[in-house]
Amino acid sequence: MRTTTRLAAFLTAACLAGAVQAADPVKVGFLSTLSGPSAAIGLDIRDAFELAVKLNGGKLGGLPAQVIVADDQMNPDVAKQLIERLLKRDRVDIVTGIVFTNVMLAVAPAVFESKTFLVSANSTPAAYSGEGCSPWFFSTSWQNDGVHEAGGKFMQDSGYKSVVLVAPNYPAGKDALTGFKRFYKGTVIDEIYTKLGQLDYAAELAQIRAARPDAMYVFLPGGMGVNFVKQYVASGLNKTIPLVGPGFSADEDLIKAVGEPMVGMYNTSHWAHDLDNAANKRFVTEFQKAYGRLPTLYASQGYDAAQLIDAAIRDVKGKIEDKDALRKALRAANFKSVRGDFKLNVNGVPIQSYYLRRVVKEPSGRITNKLQATVLSAHPDAYVGACKLK
Amino acid sequence: MDWILLLEQTLNGLQFGLMLFLLAAGLTLVFGIMDMINLAHGSLYMVGAYLAATLLAYTGSFTVAVLGALAGTALFGALLEVSLLRTLYQRDHLTQVLATFALILIINEGTRIIWGSQALLLNAPDALSGPVELFPGLTYPAYRLLIIGVGLAVAVALYLLVAHTRVGMLVRAGASNREMALTMGVNVKRLFTAVFATGAALSALAGAMLGPLLAVQVGMGESILILAFVVIVIGGIGSIRGALVGALLVGFVDTLGRTLLPMSLRSVLPPMVASNLGPALASILIYVLMAAVLFWRPQGLFPARG
Repeated sequence: MRTTTRLAAFLTAACLAGAVQAADPVKVGFLSTLSGPSAAIGLDIRDAFELAVKLNGGKLGGLPAQVIVADDQMNPDVAKQLIERLLKRDRVDIVTGIVFTNVMLAVAPAVFESKTFLVSANSTPAAYSGEGCSPWFFSTSWQNDGVHEAGGKFMQDSGYKSVVLVAPNYPAGKDALTGFKRFYKGTVIDEIYTKLGQLDYAAELAQIRAARPDAMYVFLPGGMGVNFVKQYVASGLNKTIPLVGPGFSADEDLIKAVGEPMVGMYNTSHWAHDLDNAANKRFVTEFQKAYGRLPTLYASQGYDAAQLIDAAIRDVKGKIEDKDALRKALRAANFKSVRGDFKLNVNGVPIQSYYLRRVVKEPSGRITNKLQATVLSAHPDAYVGACKLK
Repeated sequence: MDWILLLEQTLNGLQFGLMLFLLAAGLTLVFGIMDMINLAHGSLYMVGAYLAATLLAYTGSFTVAVLGALAGTALFGALLEVSLLRTLYQRDHLTQVLATFALILIINEGTRIIWGSQALLLNAPDALSGPVELFPGLTYPAYRLLIIGVGLAVAVALYLLVAHTRVGMLVRAGASNREMALTMGVNVKRLFTAVFATGAALSALAGAMLGPLLAVQVGMGESILILAFVVIVIGGIGSIRGALVGALLVGFVDTLGRTLLPMSLRSVLPPMVASNLGPALASILIYVLMAAVLFWRPQGLFPARG
């Protein structure tokens, strides 16, 4: 008799526990580059994403969040296998975290086909912004051309008559220089495409020295940028030819690696850690408290990705099975972005402002980026016109 | 054509070639003398770079870091030879390839476990982090000059060692006819261990010197190992002289090809096509070179076996 009661009590308790857990968790597949020389990007996005979830009490939109992290090693083949696992075995509701465009182009078709939402916290290729736009794709970063359009505009406005451009030989590299040239009307003496992942730039630096441009614009993300900037300084070119780059080519990770010689470098970004708004202040403070370093622009994108997912799930009251409603909610982007003004266009790509930042040495001796001016405001991407979505 | 550009590229090619030589020298000796294909040679290069980065973080001295990495990797190489590779000499090449490939995986994972998967920071000493003005119009990074100096010094030292000492004589004898050297009473066991440890130290030197220019990361050995194999195939397996010539050839062709090829293509093709074709062609140039050498001189430029 006693055992039966105990069993019954146990069963009731188990049922109750089950009922509490009945709110199914939202599963987020976080596929990102977490090893190799460009690991810093993926780690920053991951740290910021996890920070946002943590500040939310471990939840996204009221549902317990389960973030499944996978490392693509910047390798499209590895990424393809991992995405199969995330979609088929783990059955994730949302995919995010992808850093590199070559990885994005390899995995996105499978994600779209399985009718899973892809919230990109970085790569936003032209292929999914225009004619090839997808109802499953949303971005909390910037269309691949975006920061480079701002870079081109800044260099045009600054009166540099000739430039040499450097980018890796892969889709985002071509996107970047296309974006740059859309706004820069001076002479492009040379466009140098290097192997993706190249780390020694001696040959290219010699070529730049011989070309004698007014200024340089480089798009080299991750470890490539760290090495390029270090070698640019070591070759003494920074004394004669000013170097301008997108925000991530002069962000906190690079400043830490290169230090003093970077002071004075201009760069363009959709975000700055000293942007004056409440959401950003909280993000920068909490990030520093949690990880003991300043966030990079990549981190801001990861944080906003989590915020976007959170807001959308909250708006549909946790009913993530209703994909049409969730899509509308994602598109509405009902949250306070750390970059201030932020809207999503019909193709899921942000309409946002781009700023000019400059690396400065503060009186305290800390070297960091300082916000200078707005280069483009409420700027939509160049491809949205070709997107048929409504 | 700008002659300053040409000169700077020549220096770059020399610098890259000399570092490749350090790697290829060990590889070619092990291959030539012990008839052993050691795919894990690149792992020794990685171990050298990691040791240097760690020692630099602890001691703060670049010289100590490089010398410590040399000694540490030589010891690691010797242990590897005595404990494992020694048993592979009698086996066929396929077994050696499989076993040393397994070693790559084990050493990579071991490195990941000890040091983590993020790249380590290995910076050149502050005094050498800036440029040096060689003459008006050409400034060149001081650190790359150091690499050229070290590379040349090692090349000369190796030449003296192999061509003018008793040990060198044994090494040459082993490379040109192993069986004969054996029957003449050479203590092969000790010779093999010494050669292997020297090869390990040389590749560690390359790893430690290139660390500040590249990145100290897991898997850094594999990409450069392929180039080292190209070098020894071009130069002739077992020949130090061949390794030097082969390494410099590959260094020059790669560096000059990367700039001159796209430039010359641009003068004959539309810019869009040229910018697509140039980098692609430049990256296969050294393999074209290897194919050409194999076609006309299948033994390599300086075959060790007569």
